[in-house]
Amino acid sequence: MSVAVNNNVENHDEHHHKETFITKWIFSQDHKMIAKQYFVTGVIVMGIIGVLMSLLFRIQLAWPEESFSVFEIFLGDRWAPDGVMDPNIYLALVTIHGTIMVFFVLTAGLSGTFSNLLIPLQIGARDMASGFLNMVAYWLFFISSVIMVASLFVEAGPAAAGWTIYPPLSALPQAQPGSGAGMTLWLVSMAFFIASSLLGSLNYIVTVLNLRTKGMSMFRLPLTIWAFFVTAIIGVISFPVLLSAALLLIMDRSFGTSFFLSDIFIQGEVLHYQGGSPVLFEHLFWFLGHPEVYIVLLPALGITSEIIATNSRKPIFGYRAMVASILAIAFLSTIVWGHHMFVTGMNPFLGSVFTFTTLLIAIPSAVKAFNYIATLWKGNLQLNPAMLFSIGLVSTFITGGLTGIILGDSALDINVHDTYFVVAHFHLVMGISALYGLFAGVYHWYPRLYGRMMNKSLGYVHFWITAIGAYGIFFPMHFIGMAGLPRRYYTNTAFPYFDDLADINVLITVFALVTGLAQLIFLYNFIHSMYFGKKAEKNPWKSNTLEWTAPVEHIHGNWPGKIPEVYRWAYDYSKPGKKEDYVPQSIPIAKEEKITEH
Amino acid sequence: MTTIIFSLITVILISISVWQIVKIFEVSNLGKKKDTSQIANYKDNDLHGKLMFAFLVFIYLVTIYSFVSYTKVLLPESASEHGYTYDRLLVISFIVIFIVQTITQALLHYYTYKFRGTKGRKAAFITHNNRLELVWTVIPAIVLFVLILYGMSTWSDIMNFDEDEDALVVELYAAQWNWKARYSGDDNVLGDANVRFLNDFDGRNIVGIDSSDPNGLDDIVVTNEFHLPVDRKVIFKIRSQDVLHSAYMPHFRAQMNCVPGMITEFSFTPTKTTADMRMNPDVVDKVNRINKIRYDNSQELIAKGEEPLEPYQFDYLLLCAKICGSSHYNMQMKIVVESEKDFNKWLNQQNTFSEIIQ
Repeated sequence: MSVAVNNNVENHDEHHHKETFITKWIFSQDHKMIAKQYFVTGVIVMGIIGVLMSLLFRIQLAWPEESFSVFEIFLGDRWAPDGVMDPNIYLALVTIHGTIMVFFVLTAGLSGTFSNLLIPLQIGARDMASGFLNMVAYWLFFISSVIMVASLFVEAGPAAAGWTIYPPLSALPQAQPGSGAGMTLWLVSMAFFIASSLLGSLNYIVTVLNLRTKGMSMFRLPLTIWAFFVTAIIGVISFPVLLSAALLLIMDRSFGTSFFLSDIFIQGEVLHYQGGSPVLFEHLFWFLGHPEVYIVLLPALGITSEIIATNSRKPIFGYRAMVASILAIAFLSTIVWGHHMFVTGMNPFLGSVFTFTTLLIAIPSAVKAFNYIATLWKGNLQLNPAMLFSIGLVSTFITGGLTGIILGDSALDINVHDTYFVVAHFHLVMGISALYGLFAGVYHWYPRLYGRMMNKSLGYVHFWITAIGAYGIFFPMHFIGMAGLPRRYYTNTAFPYFDDLADINVLITVFALVTGLAQLIFLYNFIHSMYFGKKAEKNPWKSNTLEWTAPVEHIHGNWPGKIPEVYRWAYDYSKPGKKEDYVPQSIPIAKEEKITEH
Repeated sequence: MTTIIFSLITVILISISVWQIVKIFEVSNLGKKKDTSQIANYKDNDLHGKLMFAFLVFIYLVTIYSFVSYTKVLLPESASEHGYTYDRLLVISFIVIFIVQTITQALLHYYTYKFRGTKGRKAAFITHNNRLELVWTVIPAIVLFVLILYGMSTWSDIMNFDEDEDALVVELYAAQWNWKARYSGDDNVLGDANVRFLNDFDGRNIVGIDSSDPNGLDDIVVTNEFHLPVDRKVIFKIRSQDVLHSAYMPHFRAQMNCVPGMITEFSFTPTKTTADMRMNPDVVDKVNRINKIRYDNSQELIAKGEEPLEPYQFDYLLLCAKICGSSHYNMQMKIVVESEKDFNKWLNQQNTFSEIIQ
């Protein structure tokens, strides 16, 4: 067994300098405060905007011929005169909804909150490797969020080319109003976002590699840390490619280059662009875009691994297989991007290659699903809200993941590509699953974030409405897709052929409205518990990991005095011969006790 | 403004009522031994374990309900030759999905129910089992390899078509927000074209044919609808004049993006004329259903003093499946599949490029 590096000072004196309001609450370098800042900015503020947008366009899709005052309230006279939604703002809503949910909520919000909170606490470090860079990363993300929100208010409207912003649509202001200032702000916002993400990821990687406490070898790390660590690596590999795509697109838009543009005639005018190809942009975009799915999903899977083991009172089944599957998914995720491009005119041989690599991902994914199920088997399940959301994640991950067999198969993709089938698939497998991971994480680590407990009854209500809603929304949506309805249609009334889908659309919207509103229960619970929640014990869930050995009140440096040493892996739950059904990592191996083989 | 205030008040009132409900819930528990730990107790485990089992039933019911009541909205049988292979592969994939979904969801939810924490239960200490893990790695791997091989050969059959002499060459031309189709004429060769030529001949050169290329003079360009002969292979050459579009013909299981600066290709052989497809029982059902909906909607429109909707008749469609701007939702062209004789008759009635530019 390798000896973990321990760079931490043993006694913790130099942190006792005076803190001002600004260094504590605003420009904080403390990872726990930064985690809260990410949560409030990324998940709460941006999340509300993203979800609200989806409700607006769901209302439009269910009752396309009618006018709604709610459109006028949120979109104003310009985009919803007399309460009738404008087609351009419809496209802007789906674009910004996608951008916000994928990047701001499920990347920065999810990783930003939990990587920051848990990496130092679970590996036994005083803080991130660089508290300063960590702070800079958050503030870059904050600037990025402000710019993205500001883009909603530009005169010609926000970006509306889809969250994938394929040129030429995104490159030419003549093609749609959103491709003017709105798209410029979108690109600038994403440039800040990527810078933030890279700084954050580098910090996570360096911290995990260098600051583990004594005894914390890589194979004693909780699976959360493995997931955050590998996620950060994927981010560092793939986000720069998106940055290059964004920069080249900025060049095409503003400096007359032709990276992605060629032979274009628009509004009666032949443009000068020659020799570029939009397909190149698609390659660059999806080189990030697909790993991005796992940047969103892996942290959620890491969180659920931890929560399912703790609440099953049982070791996670197949720890090494879980780590291996995280690594396999990470590796494969960088060589499958072409499955988003089967019908782009890409060489058909490449299509075959990408089909092969894509379907391979199903193998480590299946291993993960089976290992979760095996962990539940013969457990002593404590069905806390966090546990319900974790089990819910496994359920939607399976349901959503299985249709990937169809979309990842180039031949079958032909007829469902860019239809609602895709929308249903990825919302279940990455959207809902990652959100469940996020919720599970909040319910589970709220005592560590705010020192109080969230209300469990509200948590249960929140879970059950969301669980029923998620299937109610996305299960029928597969059928709309297989009926041949393309996505991103402002209305399907232009095709009488789709008239019989109207009922299903109404059903989906009703589920969406109820589920969307149910999130207010969570919001209420979150804010209310901050002030009125029951004070948490030090280790409420009787968990093994190190974060529960730190005092409930946040202190700079996490532990008073020495950092606890680690003697065992994180999953000695219900170990035979022990009185309690958990043995924290910081408890030395007793005489006669065998080290658990895993 | 008043609406905003009202919505805010509603949200506040809802929050207060939720808070009150929770309070009542807590107060009603006062008499009993109080558990305010906010950690699941045996009662919670019992209730939510059972609910999880009920949720399994819910998932099955949603699945059954969806398949029973939504199968009718799905696409009718394929109207192209490769579509039969496509549909078979789709059905096989769905069977695999269905079996895996049924079993794994059952295990997941049943175990949650069965092993819900009760007094005196102790979890088993099991860390791993290499043989078991090997089994559930190898079995999915084998199933997937079979699917991959089947998928790859289907894909390669669809995409690697030969440029037969007797295949009909048709260009699909996408622009914001309409389609045009171009036939290659007697020489069966499409003339060169480029967006540079679009402004020639006062805008009559609507797909930008190079008038100096003799191959282009006999080309025929049509709008609104295009015709295809049944049982003859068609090779589509696909272009776009402005942004990305996607030529999607769901009834033929066909889709290919339209990329400015590039010619993409797709090929299929239509096997059913429009007239035949209209007789297909699934299509007849669907059309009846749609017309009933349209009739009901028309009644409402008439009551409001507006024009009623026209009755619907089935036609093959070419749609745009790639986001392309404000009218993306209404970029359509009708496809008519008919006998070779009718097709030739129709084609002969159209003007050639040389006739148009004279």
